[in-house]
Amino acid sequence: MHDQPSVIELLQAVKNFINDTAAPNLTGHAAFHAKIASNVIDIIMRDISARPENDRREIQQLQALLEAEGLNDLAELNRILCERIRTGEITGANDDLMAHLKAAAISQIKVDQPRYSGLKTALGSDGD
Amino acid sequence: MHNPNDFEKSIGRVIGHIFGNDVKPANIRRLSGGASQETWLISTEAQPVILRRVPHGISKPANSTSITMQTEAALVEAAANAGVKAPKVLYTLTAADDLGYGFIMDYVDGETIARPILRDPEFADARENLSRQCGEELAKIHALDIRSIDGVSRMSGLAQIDQYEAIYRDMGVSRPIFELALQWLRQTAPQPLADVLVHGDFRLGNLMVKSSGLAAVLDWELAHIGDPREDLGWICVNSWRFGKTQNRVGGFGTIEPMLEAYNQHRGLNLQPQDIDWWEALGIWKWGIMCLIMYEAFRSGSDESVERAAIGRRVSETEIDLINLLERAHA
Repeated sequence: MHDQPSVIELLQAVKNFINDTAAPNLTGHAAFHAKIASNVIDIIMRDISARPENDRREIQQLQALLEAEGLNDLAELNRILCERIRTGEITGANDDLMAHLKAAAISQIKVDQPRYSGLKTALGSDGD
Repeated sequence: MHNPNDFEKSIGRVIGHIFGNDVKPANIRRLSGGASQETWLISTEAQPVILRRVPHGISKPANSTSITMQTEAALVEAAANAGVKAPKVLYTLTAADDLGYGFIMDYVDGETIARPILRDPEFADARENLSRQCGEELAKIHALDIRSIDGVSRMSGLAQIDQYEAIYRDMGVSRPIFELALQWLRQTAPQPLADVLVHGDFRLGNLMVKSSGLAAVLDWELAHIGDPREDLGWICVNSWRFGKTQNRVGGFGTIEPMLEAYNQHRGLNLQPQDIDWWEALGIWKWGIMCLIMYEAFRSGSDESVERAAIGRRVSETEIDLINLLERAHA
């Protein structure tokens, strides 16, 4: 497939339209929604670039944590982890669990809201 | 859908009831509100007023824990009468008004948006005073006698955990941090304190703030009977610090002035660590509330970009919970 423009470029063009053309002509609730729409484009762009590596790493960590080497379905791995936490099979006393959850939460917030204050707290205590 | 002219005529009649038939509304403007609830600013020849209403034909969202508009009006009125900084309720809508359910109250001047309150020089004194003022105001709210008001349910901390867990399970999503937080909340739940009226959503956004500090407590729709520490913990939730994470109370202050003022008024001896569990509960609840709001988009009941995007705010509660659980397990 051609990529002139690429999906990232197309998203940037939509974001430019929202910010430079649409938003200045909107007021009240519609202007608020334009701001959200612009932020959503940023999330999409970060998600596209970060997801392959994030998912690969999350699957790897979950496979190790759950001793489920053959299983590659991220949703299923998370479902199993939730079940084991719920049954008490794995608890917060497990350092590997805590390290995994923290790493996954950091990756996610970096995509969703990289300026969120809780990310700085997480990285500060981590020395990362 | 009602004709807009009918809406204006109905507003005109209600304004006439309140201020006399010679007083007319000059300007009617929608301020904000969710899908089900509307807030309108109505300027009149007498004074500006606020209409809060749920239009006809709008039902409460599934799993809603909010009280009815009639109950909210009664609570706000009781609070104002008892000296709580709350708007004066001028009129409660009846079926004959043809405006749905709701009430009209005094417009209180000030700012509700967190960003200027936490950052603008104009609110420097407010930031200095707010923590203590919140303690005083919550003490007054928690001392309210509401035995004569119907429709306020009792929700302990553990009952809320059960309720929000059921909602979370129904959605069929897998969020391991919510599961771990749920275990921790159940295992470390403190003994309940004596029941009080809990405001339920006491935080910036729902507080009218002027340059000297708190002007009015708004948005009482999540009020219930419960543990007083719930309100004290909710305003400490990191999402409600709006980036000023170093200031535990609302992003504007440390917790000590709030607790000192609160303890003094209520004869208690609550310490900062007594609020920890309730703060964690608040974060977990807010995370599930974000999922509920996203669910409205997913199910097609609210197709707005706002409802879609809030699903990506769930991760802010996850990072806050993991920060907190890490300290708890350390």
